[in-house]
Amino acid sequence: MNPFDLQRDAFGLWVLVLADGTRHSPVTAVRAYPVSAPDQGAALMDADGHELQWVPDLLALAPDLQATLREALEEREFLPEILRLDTVSSLLTPSTWTVQTDRGTTQFMLKGEEDIRRLTGTVLLINDANGVQYMIRDLAAMDKHSRKLLDRFL
Amino acid sequence: MPDEWQAEVQARLQHNENATAWVLVDLNAALKFHKIALILTDRRILTASLSEKNWQSWSLAQGQRLRLTDHAGVGQLELSDAQGRLAVWRFTLGLQDAVFRWVAQFEAQQSHRAQSPDSVPADPQGRPLQAAHVFVCPVCQASLSEDDDECPVCSREDLNPPSTWTLLKLWRFAQPYKRSLLIGFLLTLASTAATLVPPYLTMPLMDEVLIPYQNGADIDPGLVSLYLLGLFASGLLAWGLGWAKTYILALVSERIGSDLRTTTYEHLLKLSLEYFGGRRTGDLIARIGSETDRINVFLSLHLLDFATDVLMILMTAVILFYINPTLALVTLLPLPFIGWLIHVVREKLRTGFEKIDRVWAEVTNVLTDTIPGIRVVKAFAQEDRESQRFKDANAHNLQVNDRINRVWSLFSPTVTLMTEIGLLVVWGFGIWLVSDDQITVGVLTAFLAYIGRFYSRLDAMSRIVSNTQKAAAGAKRIFDILDHVSSVPEPLNPVALPPHVQGHIRLRDAGFRYGNRAVICQLNLDIQPGQMIGLVGHSGSGKSTLVNLICRFYDLSEGAIELDGTDIRQLKVADYRRQIGLVLQEPFLFFGTIADNIAYGKPEATREEIVAAARAAHAHEFILRMPQGYDSLVGERGQGLSGGERQRISIARALLINPRILILDEATSAVDTETEKEIQKALDNLVRGRTTIAIAHRLSTLRKADRLVVMDKGVVVEEGTHDVLMEAQGAYWRLYEAQQRQAEAVAVLGGSDEDKKVSA
Repeated sequence: MNPFDLQRDAFGLWVLVLADGTRHSPVTAVRAYPVSAPDQGAALMDADGHELQWVPDLLALAPDLQATLREALEEREFLPEILRLDTVSSLLTPSTWTVQTDRGTTQFMLKGEEDIRRLTGTVLLINDANGVQYMIRDLAAMDKHSRKLLDRFL
Repeated sequence: MPDEWQAEVQARLQHNENATAWVLVDLNAALKFHKIALILTDRRILTASLSEKNWQSWSLAQGQRLRLTDHAGVGQLELSDAQGRLAVWRFTLGLQDAVFRWVAQFEAQQSHRAQSPDSVPADPQGRPLQAAHVFVCPVCQASLSEDDDECPVCSREDLNPPSTWTLLKLWRFAQPYKRSLLIGFLLTLASTAATLVPPYLTMPLMDEVLIPYQNGADIDPGLVSLYLLGLFASGLLAWGLGWAKTYILALVSERIGSDLRTTTYEHLLKLSLEYFGGRRTGDLIARIGSETDRINVFLSLHLLDFATDVLMILMTAVILFYINPTLALVTLLPLPFIGWLIHVVREKLRTGFEKIDRVWAEVTNVLTDTIPGIRVVKAFAQEDRESQRFKDANAHNLQVNDRINRVWSLFSPTVTLMTEIGLLVVWGFGIWLVSDDQITVGVLTAFLAYIGRFYSRLDAMSRIVSNTQKAAAGAKRIFDILDHVSSVPEPLNPVALPPHVQGHIRLRDAGFRYGNRAVICQLNLDIQPGQMIGLVGHSGSGKSTLVNLICRFYDLSEGAIELDGTDIRQLKVADYRRQIGLVLQEPFLFFGTIADNIAYGKPEATREEIVAAARAAHAHEFILRMPQGYDSLVGERGQGLSGGERQRISIARALLINPRILILDEATSAVDTETEKEIQKALDNLVRGRTTIAIAHRLSTLRKADRLVVMDKGVVVEEGTHDVLMEAQGAYWRLYEAQQRQAEAVAVLGGSDEDKKVSA
């Protein structure tokens, strides 16, 4: 028995039906630790941002529901992980980077070195000029070319 | 539209169908980077992925709506009709403007359709749609006004890395000193020439004095003293000229730097609040302070030295070729190569040094984190962890330094080696030429003397690259400020305000957007002279934005704000602001005496006026209790004064300029109820007879207002007096009830309900 049910309606909005039978729409799904623990701690919130349902562990859900929840989560999440730096337009900022991410190849502009921030551990967060965030999970695990380029900005 | 798409799209269009707008969104449904074209025609919406060409289309119909939302850097555009959602497109926020215009075009067409439902498509004459006439930047699709040559969005700062050409912009500041610069240049020429005389004199000294002496001839004291005198004279001349040139050019560059600083600061002060909102204070301070200084040093030191060196090398080359072309060629040939080698090593070092700078910033960051937060650190007993953090940063610093030192320690021996090798070549070839009787020993000595000089300068010259880049980056950052046009422009033909302003404010269909987010929409408000208006609403409802608009810290996107029937955009900014007294939640006191702070808006105020204003603001007594009275110094943020005291000083400041319009932005919310009572009394004096707009969190403080305006999400939802609104049992009533309950709860818990008595 699932603790709740999640569906999408005709308008593409998510509808949550709680165990006690109450329906909520629209709801949004968010992760509590999108970077450090994506599979743990997710919440379903109503339109005003109040928590309706807390999911402590995604993996503990039934496969169907888990898949739906992941779909709802991924719809709102956007943190491309940079896998490789192809080129940078200039070693001085502002500089346009061409990168390969887990979501495909893209370009973005880095305004200044201070927009690259070290998160806990090895994770780097990069804010581009438009406020879109990119992540580098482990600098040391990248290929030599990327590390060499990145090194000039760190 | 990109060319390769033109044909593709044309083929899909039906007869007589015209594409009116297009945009390329960059994410697909799974949020992967993927270009998807979105084309709006006069009857359909077409879409396809750039690579797969999977065309889809929807015929436009009434009831279709587009909704734009964004979250975490991703924008989402939804097309839906009454039955449900038809399609979703997603894009990164950089495309927001372009998508927004696409949506605007869609909406224009939809409203056109709603007005004339029969004439689909468009009307028979094929009149182009209004919005299709807007000039659009080919790069970013921002709309351009007709007299814009370049796109203001694309040419906005930050899009290009700093280029050395930016330095040429400095010419604007150098122009007033043209004459001094010319004199400086001539002096540089002369002094460089003077320094080149001594090596030349070694030639006759060698050939006419020393060599003949070794061959048995006597030394002619007259000739020797003549040459020595020549050496001394040229040295003296070089000294004098060098001094004059350095002095004059340093004077000029210092003046250029100072002009640059003043101009930048003056310009900065005139920019709108919008500009300051988006920037960090430290960054702006650095730009005006250290960047101008860096440019200054570059001009007076690096550039001057470089120019001198280049002149010297050119002149030396001419002299060498004049003495002996063959030897000159051999001497000068390795020069570019050695120069290049030095440059390569320098570049390596430079990136290393930049790295050290950044690591150093990391170390400082730990300090700036910890020291202000020392209470928290100690309270949680985390000293060890913080010291570990510092140790780590320091270790990183050490590591980077070690790495760079390896190259660095190699550098000067390498330069010396290069110089030696260069000299070796000259020696070798020179001896061969001497043995061949092509040149004299004197010529060889002269060559060696010349060449030794400029090898030593090669190192210094190689630094010009990095210095120029640094200065160019600095210049760019400064010109970013200077080239920024204020978004609150001064009118070209300002309307003069009448001597006596009534203070009648009217907002007509006011609208304001941050990006594409509408903060205020379709707001109408009429405030009679002398009326007091209370603005009420949740935080984020647009109250503060409205106040900022009335102060003209920003300009409206739509509609108009009028003062006594004149659009405030037609008034001089300073003239208009002089009519406004502003009391903020966090009063800001400048460093200076209390009297200076009260008289900030009216520096010519007499002492009596200041006292009268302070008295009316209920500040007089506590000021007199201070040891130096009105001459007491107050610190940066008014240290040593309580919140209520600071607030009353700022009320006195507003009273002194005797404004027609008064704006109270949460003036009493930062203090306790007891202090609020004091401030309220002061405010009552201030409000009397002025058009007042007050924002307050505690609704009880607004009881005196003639009218309350309840705002929610940028629109006025209710308007009326307290009693009327209470009767209506609407939004205001709900807010009020919630606060009452809270106040009662506090009262039960032992708080006082005095504030109710005061405001009643």
